[in-house]
Amino acid sequence: MEPSRLKFHVPEPEVRPGGTPDFSNVPIPKAGIAPRPPVDTKPEDMRELAYGIIRVLDDDGNPVGPWAGSLSDEELAEGLRHMMTLRAFDARMQMAQRQGKTSFYMQHLGEEAVSTAFRKALEPGDMNFPTYRQAGLLIAGGYPMVTMMNQIYSNELDPLKGRQLPVMYASKEYGFFSISGNLATQYIQAVGWAMASAIKGDTRIAAGWIGDGSTAESDFHSAMVFASTYRAPVVLNIVNNQWAISTFQGIARGGAATFAARGLGFNIPSLRVDGNDYLAVHAVAKWAIERARKNFGPTLIEYVTYRAGAHSTSDDPSAYRPKTEAVAWPLGDPVMRLKEHLINKGLWSEERHKQAEAEVLSGVLAAQKEAESHGTLHAGGKPSVRDVFEGVYAEMPPHLRRQRQQAGV
Amino acid sequence: MPRLTMIEAIRSAMDVAMGRDDDVVVFGEDVGYFGGVFRCTAGLQQKYGKSRCFDAPINESGIVGAAIGMAAYGLKPCIEIQFADYVYPGYDQIVSEAARIRYRSNGEFTCPIVVRMPTGGGIFGGQTHSQSPEALFTHVSGLKTVVCSNPYDAKGLLIAAIEDPDPVIFLEPKRLYNGPFDGHHDRPVTPWSKHELGEVPDGHYTVPLGKAVIRRPGNDMTILAYGTMVYVAQAAAEETGIDAEVIDLRTLVPLDLETITASVKKTGRCVVVHEATQTGGFAGELVTLVQEACFFHLEAPVARVTGYDTPYPHAQEWSYFPGPARLGRAMRETMEA
Repeated sequence: MEPSRLKFHVPEPEVRPGGTPDFSNVPIPKAGIAPRPPVDTKPEDMRELAYGIIRVLDDDGNPVGPWAGSLSDEELAEGLRHMMTLRAFDARMQMAQRQGKTSFYMQHLGEEAVSTAFRKALEPGDMNFPTYRQAGLLIAGGYPMVTMMNQIYSNELDPLKGRQLPVMYASKEYGFFSISGNLATQYIQAVGWAMASAIKGDTRIAAGWIGDGSTAESDFHSAMVFASTYRAPVVLNIVNNQWAISTFQGIARGGAATFAARGLGFNIPSLRVDGNDYLAVHAVAKWAIERARKNFGPTLIEYVTYRAGAHSTSDDPSAYRPKTEAVAWPLGDPVMRLKEHLINKGLWSEERHKQAEAEVLSGVLAAQKEAESHGTLHAGGKPSVRDVFEGVYAEMPPHLRRQRQQAGV
Repeated sequence: MPRLTMIEAIRSAMDVAMGRDDDVVVFGEDVGYFGGVFRCTAGLQQKYGKSRCFDAPINESGIVGAAIGMAAYGLKPCIEIQFADYVYPGYDQIVSEAARIRYRSNGEFTCPIVVRMPTGGGIFGGQTHSQSPEALFTHVSGLKTVVCSNPYDAKGLLIAAIEDPDPVIFLEPKRLYNGPFDGHHDRPVTPWSKHELGEVPDGHYTVPLGKAVIRRPGNDMTILAYGTMVYVAQAAAEETGIDAEVIDLRTLVPLDLETITASVKKTGRCVVVHEATQTGGFAGELVTLVQEACFFHLEAPVARVTGYDTPYPHAQEWSYFPGPARLGRAMRETMEA
C-alpha cells in the first residue's frame, strides 16, 4: 500500500494583485456587543474578548455599548485634530522624502487612531516603547513637530545628531523610548521598565508596541513570559495592520485564531479592538492602563487595523496586494469615522472639517519651513562629524579619541 | 585582611553595591532563592529581599531585555547569564540595544547594566560550558568588556562595572573561581586562601576599568594575557626560564594600550595568549595594535597562542587548552626568531 505522503503547508492571503479584495475572512462583530468587565476581572473570566472585536462607533457613527463614553466632546474634537495632524505631517514628510530632503520615511495612513488615542489614556511619567509607526504618541503628546522634522532631516538641530534613521525619535520627557529599528526588541524592554517601576513602588506604567509580523519574534515570547511571571504593570500592544511589508499577517499568526489569543496561555487578559475606532481604542487603552496602575498586571491588546499606505518609502504595495484593498477594508478610515461621529453630535460639519484641514496643513507647513531653515539631509545645516564619535560611551575612550583624530575632526 | 575565593569576592562586590545603592538589582537563572549555580549570589535575596535579587525564567533575551528596560527607568541591573555559552539568545539585546541606546538617543536614554557570565574551560564542561566569547563583545562599539583573574580584582572591577554609566560585559573565568590555575591540571589545586590576591578588603573599593597591570615584571619579552591565561603565562615564564613580562589586561575594551606599548618597547618581543578560538579572536586585535605602535622596536614577529578553531571538546580538554607547554614553545620560538 502507498504510504500517505506528507504535505508542506504555506499560508496564502485570500487575494493577490489583480484580484478583487476580499475580507470575508475577517469577521466584524456589531459595535457595542462586547462586554466591559471591571478592571480587576480575572483573565480566565474574559477570554472571549480575545476573539471578538471591541467596537464603539457603529456603522452610522454613533457610540454604542459599555465601552462608550470615555471621552468628552472637547477630547473627541482634539482627537480628530491629532489624527488629521499626523496624516498631514505624514503626507508632507512622504513628499519631502520624494524631493530628496531625507533618505527614508514611514507613514501611518489608516492607523492614525491607534497611537493618538492610546496616548490620551496615559499619564505624565508613563513610558512607551514604540515601533516606527506610533508617531501619534508624540503628536498627541504635544511634542513639537519641528523637532520631529529636525530628526527626519538629520539637520543641525536634530536632537539625535544625525545618528539615527528618520522617524526613530527618542524623548524621555514625552514618554517615548528610543526607537531601535530592530523589531520586537523593545517589547521585553517595556516589561523591564514596568518591573522597575514596581520594584521601586512607583505609580508609573509602561506600554510596549509591536506589529503583527514581529509577534513571531522570540522577544514577543520573552515579553509575555516576563510580564506574566512578574505581573508587570505594562500594556502590551499589537498593531495588526494586516501586512508586514509584503507578508500577510497569516504568516506570523499561523494557526492561531487571533494575535490576541496568544496572551491566553500566559493568563494575560487579552483584548481585541477596532483599531480604526478612536473611541474604542481610547476606551480599551484606558481600561488596560487603569488595570496596570491598580496592580492587576499586564494586558495584551490587539488593534485590528489596516496599513493603507506603503510599509515605507522603499516599498510598493501594488506588487503584493490589490490596489483597492484599503478601500475594501471593512473597518473604514479612522479620520472619516470620528468626523462622522462629531457631525452626528452636532459638534462638527463638512465646512468646519475643511477649515480644520487647512489649519492643520498650515501648522505642518510652518513647522516644515522652520525645520528646513536648519537644513535637510543633503543641504544646509548638518550635525558635526565629531558627533559620529561622541556619545558612544559617557566618556570617550582612548581608541575612539585616536580614531577621531585620524578622521581629522 | 580576609582571604576570599573569587566567588566570595564577586558576591561581596554585589553586596557592597546593593548596600550602597537601592537602584542596584540582581537577577538571572537560579540566582534568587538558591544563590546561583556557582553560588555568586548566595544570601543576597535573604539580605535585600525578593525585589532586589530574584530568579528569572530561562530566557536570556528576556533577562537582558528586561535589564535594559530597568536601566532606562533608572535602575542599575547586574544580571547573571549562567554560562557565557548561553548568552547568544540575549546577544541581539546586547548588540542592537544595550550597546547603542546612549548613542542612538544622544544620551536621552542610557544603559548602565552589567552582564556577568562565567567563561572559559578547564572544568570538563564540553562545548556548552567552556566557551570564551569575549571577541563577540569586544567587536561591538558601545560595550566595555572585562575579564577578571583574581578575587581582589574581581571585586574591585565588578563594583566599578556596576557604577559605570555604560553597559559592561563582565567575564568570570570559572576555572579561577576557587583558585589560580596555571594549566597543570594534574597537580593539586591551589586555593585562593594561599594566594596574596585572595586578600579582599571589606567594603567599597574599585579597580578602574581600562587599566592593565603587570603581574610579572620581565625584560626578555611581553606576554599579553587575561583571565586564566595570566597564570599559564606566569608558569610558562618560570618553566622556560625566559624573563617574560606578563601583563594582565583586565579590561579588553577600553584597552590599556599605554601599558602594553611601554612594555613591548622595552622587551622587543611579544606573545599574545587566550583560550578563545583563534580566527577573529581578540589576539588578532592585540597583535595589530602592537605592530602599529611598536613595529620599529620589535625583534621578532608577534606570536599568538590560542584555542584551536574547533568547538571546545570534552574528553580532549587538556589537548585543546593552551597550557604552559604550548605557550612555552611559542615563547622559545619568539626568542629564537
